[in-house]
Amino acid sequence: MKRLVSLLTSLGVVAALAASATVAAADNSTLATVKERGQLICGVNSGLPGFSATDADGNWAGLDVDFCRAVAAAIFDDPQKVRFVPLTAKERFTALQSGEIDVLSRNTTWTLTRDASLGVNFAGTTYYDGQGFLVKKSLGVDSARQLSGATVCVLAGTTTELNLADYFRKNGMEYNPLVLENSDQTISAFNAGRCDVLTSDQSQLNALRIKLPEPSAAKVLPEVISKEPLGPAVRQGDDQWYDIIKWTLFTLINAEELGVNSNNVADMQDADNPTIRRMLGSSGDMGEKLGLPADFGTRIIKHVGNYAEIYRRNVGADSPLELERGVNALWTDGGLMYAPPIR
Amino acid sequence: MSAASEHHPDLPPPRRQLGVLGWLRRNLFSTWYNSLLTLLAGYLLVRYAIPVINWALVEARFAGADASACDTEGACWLFVRERLGFFIYGFYPEALRWRVNIVFVLLAAAFAPQLIERFPGRRWLGLFGLTAFPVIALVLIRGGVLGLEAVPTADWGGLMLTLVLAYGGIFAALPVGTVLALGRRSDMPVIRGLSVVFIEVWRAVPLITVLFMASVMLPLFLPEGVNFDKLLRALIGIIMFQSAYMAEVVRGGLQAIPRGQYEAADALGLGYWRKMGLVILPQALKLVIPGIVNTFISLFKDTSLVLIIGLFDLLGTVQATIIDPAWSDVATEGYVFVAAVFWVFCFGLSRYSQDLERKLDTGHRER
Repeated sequence: MKRLVSLLTSLGVVAALAASATVAAADNSTLATVKERGQLICGVNSGLPGFSATDADGNWAGLDVDFCRAVAAAIFDDPQKVRFVPLTAKERFTALQSGEIDVLSRNTTWTLTRDASLGVNFAGTTYYDGQGFLVKKSLGVDSARQLSGATVCVLAGTTTELNLADYFRKNGMEYNPLVLENSDQTISAFNAGRCDVLTSDQSQLNALRIKLPEPSAAKVLPEVISKEPLGPAVRQGDDQWYDIIKWTLFTLINAEELGVNSNNVADMQDADNPTIRRMLGSSGDMGEKLGLPADFGTRIIKHVGNYAEIYRRNVGADSPLELERGVNALWTDGGLMYAPPIR
Repeated sequence: MSAASEHHPDLPPPRRQLGVLGWLRRNLFSTWYNSLLTLLAGYLLVRYAIPVINWALVEARFAGADASACDTEGACWLFVRERLGFFIYGFYPEALRWRVNIVFVLLAAAFAPQLIERFPGRRWLGLFGLTAFPVIALVLIRGGVLGLEAVPTADWGGLMLTLVLAYGGIFAALPVGTVLALGRRSDMPVIRGLSVVFIEVWRAVPLITVLFMASVMLPLFLPEGVNFDKLLRALIGIIMFQSAYMAEVVRGGLQAIPRGQYEAADALGLGYWRKMGLVILPQALKLVIPGIVNTFISLFKDTSLVLIIGLFDLLGTVQATIIDPAWSDVATEGYVFVAAVFWVFCFGLSRYSQDLERKLDTGHRER
């Protein structure tokens, strides 16, 4: 009898949990679903310094995280109305395809295969990354071309490994790979002198470098051997939602270009510049065309700031990573950040 | 003149066999090769244990304002302390953590007394732990009823999630496994066939594959817009997997019961369920307690595999925080902490099983 009772109870537990399976109306647009839910669901990395990581209180922070907050701010006028779903690299596209998340903002490189065959659309680039090399200054190397014969620490099973092989073959150089399972191990091996060079995406090299007992004794070489444009992605088949994600990103970049930031956005609404007025919703019907409120631009900048502020806070000068803007500077400053005009 | 009738007092043993020196002589330096081994062990102890103690305790930092306090060579336990809330509750809202605390207290109240012989009402507490507790725990943690604010499973994490998975798995795997074991020994071909297929299929795939299928493939098979809770998918996967193992453990017990017991039960006119429930299973389960607990312990540790599907169990929360650039290299501290927590729980389980074996021992075993 006792066994029967416990069996029944356990069935009850399962049934109760099953009741939480959500059934969303399939014919609704993503925007309508998000509004009805009262929350944006955003897929992020489960832990990547500067892009999406949790702080001491379990709050998410990072560049990818802030992008989702910007979308939530545009829709709800509240950057907190977003739920973050940590995803592994393998799960991320399934989660997007199956509707578990509304937008994928998880340091995902935009490639042809992913764009064309996975049923997803990339909405632009939030960060131009690329693979680089970290060396100890004592090695006396200034260029990756001098690395012939070096032992290189690299993560297993990533495109990083392939890029590395390509680069050394192309330049006719020899190397010994030291393949490791996770990034903790790569930096420990590098620190212990088991390898001369550590290779990974440049943003990550800096995050790893500051984990060294003496960060200043190591440096990142100037060569970038691969293109890794990281950006948000959405499901195919909902163009309105795709447009919203795209123009949230473009608003962040345009705001920086036009000098609108979270401090002056209230004053800027009355600016004479018609471009600024259109972006902030003081004139025109830009928001309406996207299915958003007219002042969606104001909302984004007010709550999250422009691209420069997001960059500075998460990966730039105000963060432990202290990454230079580099190619992520505005096109007017010699970088690649360029957004179509809001008109 | 009187005969020396008094017994001469015993002489004390030679000095070299007394006290510390004598103990050392007897136990550590009795022969030349034992002396050699002692010296070797002593050398290794000094060589390796001292730096470890030095790192873990002497030079370690337990308190401080922030990461900059960890400026020594020693362990930075401050990091574990600062992030302890996240390690225990995950993303569970801070204001609602009291609900989880109640569950922890109830869990401890129901199961900790099981280790103490003669604790008043011990049986009732145990019964509570297996019947009402899971319901209360689910209501408290999940909320959404009785005016409690709902907390989506995506916010569950840390040690709490580990315990939810382990308890759910243990709680369901034993009855399901027992039913499967009975099914496999059933005379009815369909039931036997189904049980055999279920057991062999689930036992033949790695748990990591099961979890991976549950998280990555299953959503693709479901109609668009239909989403199963990720935690529930993982939990069902764990239950299926572990019940297959449990079934084989229980079957071992069933096969060890002499035929006479079955025949005696039949002779008493007991039906199938009463024969099994009153005569066979109580004996069979008792025989395989070590096997059952072994499965439980491995289940408990296997819960950390949910890490690969993006659920933040204890190990997941630690891995997600050790990459924080604000702290210098704290990976070792994090992993040591996880290992210690897992050890405490598994050791507790193991002690309880030994206790249970002693208590239920009715002389089947040779001593």
